[in-house]
Amino acid sequence: MAHAYTPGLKVLESTSVEKERRLPLKGEVLVDKGADVVPEKIVARTHLPGNVQMVNVANLLNVDAQDVPEFMLIDTGKNISKGDLLAETKGLFGLFKSEVKCPVDGVLESVSNVTGQVVIREAPIPVEIDAYMNGNVSEVMDKEGVVISSNGVFIQGIFGMGGENRGDLRVLVDSREDELTEEMITIDMKGCVIVGGSYISLQAYKKAISMGIAAVVVGGFNYHDLEDILGYTLGVAITGSEDIGASLIITEGYGKIPMGARSFDILKKYDGNFTSVNGATQIRAGVIRPEIVIPFNDVDNLDSIAKNSEGGITEGSLVRVIRSPYFGQIGTVTSLPPELQKMESETMVRVAEVKINNQNFVIPRANLEMVETT
Amino acid sequence: MELKSILATDCGSTTTKAILIEFVDGEYRLRFRGEAPTTVEAPFEDVTRGVLNAVMEVEELSSRKLLDGENIITPHKDNEGVDIYVSTSSAGGGLQMMVAGVVKSMSGESAERAALGAGSIVMDVLASNDGRKPHEKITRIRQLRPDMILLSGGVDGGTTKHVVELAEILKAANPQPRLGSDYKLPVIYAGNIKASDEISKTLGEQTDLTIVENIRPILERENLNPSRDKIHDLFMEHVMQQAPGYNKLMSWTDAPIMPTPGAVGSLIEMIAAEENISVVGVDIGGATTDIFSVFQNQFNRTVSANLGMSYSICNVLAEASLKNVLRWVPLDIDEKELTNRIGNKMIRPTTVPQSMEELKIEQAIAREALRLSFIQHKSFAVNLKGVQKERTISDAFEQSDSGLSLVDMMELDLLVGSGGVLSHAPRREQSARMLIDSFLPEGITQLAVDSIFMMPQLGVLANIDQKDLAESARKAALEVFNKDCLIRLGTCVAPVGKANSGDEILSVSLEMSDGSEKQIILHQGELLAIPAEYEPINATLSPAKGMDVGAGKSEEINTTLYGGVVGLVFDGRGRPFNLPTENDKRISSLNVWSNAMNEYPDEIKQ
Repeated sequence: MAHAYTPGLKVLESTSVEKERRLPLKGEVLVDKGADVVPEKIVARTHLPGNVQMVNVANLLNVDAQDVPEFMLIDTGKNISKGDLLAETKGLFGLFKSEVKCPVDGVLESVSNVTGQVVIREAPIPVEIDAYMNGNVSEVMDKEGVVISSNGVFIQGIFGMGGENRGDLRVLVDSREDELTEEMITIDMKGCVIVGGSYISLQAYKKAISMGIAAVVVGGFNYHDLEDILGYTLGVAITGSEDIGASLIITEGYGKIPMGARSFDILKKYDGNFTSVNGATQIRAGVIRPEIVIPFNDVDNLDSIAKNSEGGITEGSLVRVIRSPYFGQIGTVTSLPPELQKMESETMVRVAEVKINNQNFVIPRANLEMVETT
Repeated sequence: MELKSILATDCGSTTTKAILIEFVDGEYRLRFRGEAPTTVEAPFEDVTRGVLNAVMEVEELSSRKLLDGENIITPHKDNEGVDIYVSTSSAGGGLQMMVAGVVKSMSGESAERAALGAGSIVMDVLASNDGRKPHEKITRIRQLRPDMILLSGGVDGGTTKHVVELAEILKAANPQPRLGSDYKLPVIYAGNIKASDEISKTLGEQTDLTIVENIRPILERENLNPSRDKIHDLFMEHVMQQAPGYNKLMSWTDAPIMPTPGAVGSLIEMIAAEENISVVGVDIGGATTDIFSVFQNQFNRTVSANLGMSYSICNVLAEASLKNVLRWVPLDIDEKELTNRIGNKMIRPTTVPQSMEELKIEQAIAREALRLSFIQHKSFAVNLKGVQKERTISDAFEQSDSGLSLVDMMELDLLVGSGGVLSHAPRREQSARMLIDSFLPEGITQLAVDSIFMMPQLGVLANIDQKDLAESARKAALEVFNKDCLIRLGTCVAPVGKANSGDEILSVSLEMSDGSEKQIILHQGELLAIPAEYEPINATLSPAKGMDVGAGKSEEINTTLYGGVVGLVFDGRGRPFNLPTENDKRISSLNVWSNAMNEYPDEIKQ
């Protein structure tokens, strides 16, 4: 049977979700393997080396770099406070001394007799990592972090903004085709993850931010409105570190596009459940898509992520078109002819024949995305 | 050793491409190609899976057994296996470097040139005089986490203070490598030899320091090769070791894996040297656009890291502005709709244009990506700065040429395009138009495209060092380049000078290879295409008063032109080139030019 590799976004109702929580540098893991955790639980901690200040003592004392060590008043490795005397010349008969005071609190790290520079390192910066979702510590990576595991819903969006957030899930529309409007967002939704259908306008999204909503999940958003939120034009889709309040996850793309039926149905089913989301997106080598995780304890009937992501499309696969002119439509693959075919654009491509609403269309395979059904 | 069959792959960030070259009837030819998605990312996390898939496609097409399980069969025997296997790679984001020099426009620029020439992306150039305070530099180094650092500065025997100061900044920053946490960051020192001991003392323990010859031993000379070679070695030893599956891939190849742009650059350099011509090569990819040039025997490469056709397509829009992209679109289109479409291409980067409208929009964006990348290239490809020249009284009124761009469009002999949007354009006329519109060649310039983007594979093949293989591999690379890789589009003739719309600017007499003759009159604003094969055509070009086609204003030229799959293109649209500003007139002009070049099918030309 013909078969094509087509990556699809994961939309899984019941799966095993594993989240790696890794420190940027080696540090201390604070939980044991097997422990149950809540999202706020700090699981690992480290200290990043403090900021560095360089002071050119030779210039400030007006002496040769090679003579700097003899004028230093503090030894390497010792603590020093802001305003303390760092170095001083002997002056003439004790008069006309030049001195250098320390600009920050820190530790004297090094003194160079070549450049006359002195390095002072400020206090280390603590970094803590929380568990992100309800679950269990399934693995401890010595001094580096942990893996949190849970069973539950796992849905990937196509693009997102804002980092990790969490709250109770609130589906605000009846249909996946409905727009999430300003009026639907009310103050009692503060701290919740709200779900719309096809679209959210800039005004409505801004209202969500002002109401303290944890995250917004919808089918589409206008690309040019991103600039209003971010303060710059998004040139490459690398997001996650912006501080915008409500994370945004769009499941389909830019414009007004109904949310995929399966994603919408699952979210509707788990309306009210506690949900963790991450808007971080990186569309480049090492692709990261935004995600929605709804952990629960039911372990029956787990979907297989591996099976779905490696399978690719075959005849009979349910697919979604991801580029004009049939963007957003869902159909069934009826055949995967091996030979290249000419499109209207005269581009020669491998195609799939897809039945959409009982009509057959020939569509480049590259413009199809698998809709996962198990 | 006479090579009979060669397998070469290029592991790109999205696709792995394999080609099979065979020695048939006394010549090397490309026989088959295959491709498969690159598998550096989860769930596979092993680059060799993608390689095997691409090779399997070649195997199926050629009916020749190349694989024994998961091993490439070498050497070639009967109808099985190949003599050698080589590969390039840009997967996993390619090689990302930071460079540092004492003076930004001197050793800093030389270090940047060496790193770019070796095929890396330069994330930042640190310099003593870059205006940033030490703590700002330290923060920057920490944030970027490069794969490797090249430190230079000072002429041999000169002052050591500044370059040691830079080393102290690096030490204080203590940068961690991007991939893997258990190895020391490779640092190459290529500065004042007198400072070597101090540099070792400062960085020796904390980093994996290598000292090579000074990149700028004297102000008047650059010495890039030792640094470039060391970058290649360290790329293999360190960076590639950390990427998933590369250990296995390295054990398969018969020559070191090269970074993709490094391989393309060396091929362009080789062509310019072989034919003694000036060349510009461009590779427009999904995330970046690379430009290579050889003018006055000097090679330069630039990478426009965020000007590409998929991952960074929205950045082209941001940098060029919507207005500049729209000016190339021969349709009236809603701006909001257009930006959403471009945004969707960014987040679903592997999709292809199915409709003609989508194709035209993509090609409009490509023109702007190429134009902006070339502006960056021109400002980087310059003569060495800071060089003092002896001047005579007759030079007194001339500008110094220190720091002037080497790129001279009138001097340019060959412009080669590659990358999906140029190599895979449905009609070659579209590729020719995109190259002409964005590079605006002047005078006489040959145009070509890389048929299926195999310059990387041919570049690594041409660089094999092993004595018994080198000669045969280089011969194979050059033969395949000329016969199968390069598609000659034709020649563009573009007069330079001021004229009014409709004025006669060039008169041309052509004696075609079949003996027939043609007379052409080119008017200001016109674009003409004459079908002609890649064969010598005797031409007399007589520019109107004040116009120049290469010999000077109003000077006639007798020369030989070469056609190609597009033919001879006479571009009378002016240099500098300006599109009409009124919408109707602009769309009408674009359509007239497209029709003149037969760019689109008849039924949807308008």
